Amino acid sequence: MIELSKTSRRKFLRDIGYISVGFPLLSSCFGEQDPVVAARVNYEGDLPGSMRNASKVNAWLHVLEDGRVMVFSGKVELGQGIRTAIRQVAAEELDLELDQVEVHLAETGVTPDEGYTAGSSSVPNSAMSVRYAAATARQKLLELASAKLNIAEEDLILYNGKVKSKKSNQSLNFAEILEGAQIDMEVTKPVPLKIKSGYRYVGKAIPRKDIEKMVRGEEVYIQDLRFPGMVHARVLRPAGYQSKLVKVDDSGLSTAISGIIKTVVNGSFVGVITDREYQAVKAEAYLRKHSEWTPSPSFPKQETLFAHLKSIAEKPQSIRNEGDITTTPNGTDTFKASYTKPYLKHGSIGPACGIAMYDGEILHIWSHSQGIYPMRRAIAAMLKMEQEKLHVIAVPGAGCFGHSTADDAATDAAILALSYPGKHIRVQWSRHDEHTWDPYGTAMIMELEASLDANGKIKTWKTDVWTDSHSMRPDNDPATLLDTRYLENPVQLKGRGYLGGGHRNADPYYSIPNMQVNAHFFNGPLRVSSLRSLGSYTTIFSIESFMDELAEKAGKDPLEFRLAHLEDARAIAVINKIQEMCNGEKLEEGEGIGYAFSRYKNTTAYATAAAKVSVDRASGTIKLLKMWAAVDVGEIINLDGIINQIEGGMLQAASWTLKEEVTFEDNKITSSDWRKYPVFRFSDIPEVEVAMIDRPNEAAEGGGEVSMPPTGAAIANAVYNACGKRVYDLPITAEKILG
Amino acid sequence: MPKFTLHINGLQKVIDTEPDTPLLYVLRDNLELNGPKFGCGLSQCGACMVLVDGSAVTSCMRPIASIGDSKITTLEGLASENGKLHAVQDAFNQEQAAQCGYCLNGMVMASVGLLNDNPNPNDSEIRDALQLNLCRCSAHTRIIQAVKTASKNLSGK
Repeated sequence: MIELSKTSRRKFLRDIGYISVGFPLLSSCFGEQDPVVAARVNYEGDLPGSMRNASKVNAWLHVLEDGRVMVFSGKVELGQGIRTAIRQVAAEELDLELDQVEVHLAETGVTPDEGYTAGSSSVPNSAMSVRYAAATARQKLLELASAKLNIAEEDLILYNGKVKSKKSNQSLNFAEILEGAQIDMEVTKPVPLKIKSGYRYVGKAIPRKDIEKMVRGEEVYIQDLRFPGMVHARVLRPAGYQSKLVKVDDSGLSTAISGIIKTVVNGSFVGVITDREYQAVKAEAYLRKHSEWTPSPSFPKQETLFAHLKSIAEKPQSIRNEGDITTTPNGTDTFKASYTKPYLKHGSIGPACGIAMYDGEILHIWSHSQGIYPMRRAIAAMLKMEQEKLHVIAVPGAGCFGHSTADDAATDAAILALSYPGKHIRVQWSRHDEHTWDPYGTAMIMELEASLDANGKIKTWKTDVWTDSHSMRPDNDPATLLDTRYLENPVQLKGRGYLGGGHRNADPYYSIPNMQVNAHFFNGPLRVSSLRSLGSYTTIFSIESFMDELAEKAGKDPLEFRLAHLEDARAIAVINKIQEMCNGEKLEEGEGIGYAFSRYKNTTAYATAAAKVSVDRASGTIKLLKMWAAVDVGEIINLDGIINQIEGGMLQAASWTLKEEVTFEDNKITSSDWRKYPVFRFSDIPEVEVAMIDRPNEAAEGGGEVSMPPTGAAIANAVYNACGKRVYDLPITAEKILG
Repeated sequence: MPKFTLHINGLQKVIDTEPDTPLLYVLRDNLELNGPKFGCGLSQCGACMVLVDGSAVTSCMRPIASIGDSKITTLEGLASENGKLHAVQDAFNQEQAAQCGYCLNGMVMASVGLLNDNPNPNDSEIRDALQLNLCRCSAHTRIIQAVKTASKNLSGK
């Protein structure tokens, strides 16, 4: 038996059932007056990468039996509101009401394979693919309707799901035009896109529909899914990264705890399945007590972590080398600074959850993974199953901010489901495991060196960045999944994942004639993977702190100094905007404002951040009072959605900057809960103000990460301006102000 | 297994479970409610909050045996029978005060608890009332605004 996806197909069937009774087959007219239909202009630009393997209209949208439209996207909802953005662009190009568009997010075999939902790429890839497919579909629907009604296209109007004659009452809805077929044609250029001045939805603050479901406590998250006969499970994680199971004694388990169904031991993988969820919690604690593990080797000492990381780094790789950085003019000073950032947690509020059910033929997996197709490849390789025998359905979890533990929980569930077929097995991770087994954002070191010319402009610049990998996301290598390394025939990681994230934005966006950037990669002691904005939070923290230091050496205002090194009008505009926003802000004794700029990845969205802080010199206490951001993401799809992302990104980055640090001692991660790994709480939250510069004629860039990189440096610069103390080592704490 | 009678969302429910089972697990697993969320099991994040006799408390460490005759209200119990949202729920929706929304249950319950005691809280009273509740997406400023909006709507200002 194959269970249908609870969240998607059931809805699909209900929709179909609904129309067969509710809608007349031929409807008459729109109302008294024909609507004004916006003109179309031919788009000749590039098609998104997501269309490479999904180039046909019907990969991206289907017409439902009631004439409404189902849009498919391979991206997942992370709280960023992608479902709404996609609905907006589809409704726009097809001139539909928003309610006439359903959005089906990632499911293997149903939606396109769009890899990971990462890198602020969902709008440029998925939403733009939907835009071009919808525009192509509109044109095709008009052509087909014209033939069917025997009316010239110019005498037809396509609006709100119908194609209607301008001169008579004849009309067809989309389903009547297609008669059960779908639009099986390639999206090719030129694509006839709606003229932007005619937009009804794009660029506007369209509310998300899922927030009402959330406030009502409706089924939204993977944690809320319940299936008939579903059972619960926990996995006993090893005592340390390299621990092996010596023995586990479950002989007294069923007597001690009720509802025990099964203990599953495979190498150093120990899982327990129970009737009720809390029984699984207790069973895991019991097994922990009744198991023995080999000790994992000690971590390096936390106090000397950065020296250790340098000592294990490989030979540097040249990332960029322009001009000659040795051409320091005579008599000018060379300035140097070194910055560090500790390991950081994703810190999802909801620990990972995975559900799986093996029906004897197909292994169904429900997951809040950010990449269901890549995860399927990894799990299939781990289980030595054909990919087609795995059916993975994306369901939202709590915000994850990169590759955290969702894929590992899905893997736990998959392993247990194979050992207990026919039942849905729900695996829930504990807070402790979520905090201690998270693939963290890596610790990093940045060393910068620059010289100024006689006019106070930067003549030479050198970056040396020390970093571990910034993505160990699941894909073809099954060892990217935690469990693979602990099964009976363990497999260790082959590759190092995506190292390039470590030097993201390590080369300043400024015009500097002589520039060299070197990356020193290390394979560090803690498990790491991608954390929101990857290395750019650290590279920009360092570069923009250093820019303030250089401005001071040059005797220039920090923003004027930046402007003197920028040629890009859009970069200049976000700096001018922040200046305008903060103009007239009054500063009391012990207060300071700091600024920082970045263009994310040096190729996408622009952001300038400002922070106002007060610092108590006696206690070192830092209070973040207000933050501002001026941001240009090109064309805005959902104004409220993007502002929400910018605000959230700034506050999360501010929490990293002022509070966060993964700690470890001997062979244990010690920052194992929210007390030992504090993050921002309401008392820490400043006022936040965001200004968006809309550029409807520029490409639409994602905004999920753009505000994070400049936030750290804006705070560091504000702290310096408030109290004269520059902190080079994150997080910026009272102890370091006094130190 | 012992039986417990709970007063939940205006109904009496008889639950068959071990006495040490925390209320959160009873609500989610036995009663199939979605509102209260598992976040930490340590009473550190507020995701699991419910109202016990009108006050917002965490449910993840509160054994069912300790509940007694207290009246429990979950997120599901806030809206009126005709489906009309409570002013706080309505305000969170209006202000779009969420990203992933996983913390929303706790934010709403803590805000209802606050407004039950103090219908017109100022900014710092709102922050104090929500101090236990973590939001990693960092929708805090919208959440504060939502509480202000709810307070205004409740008092008809």
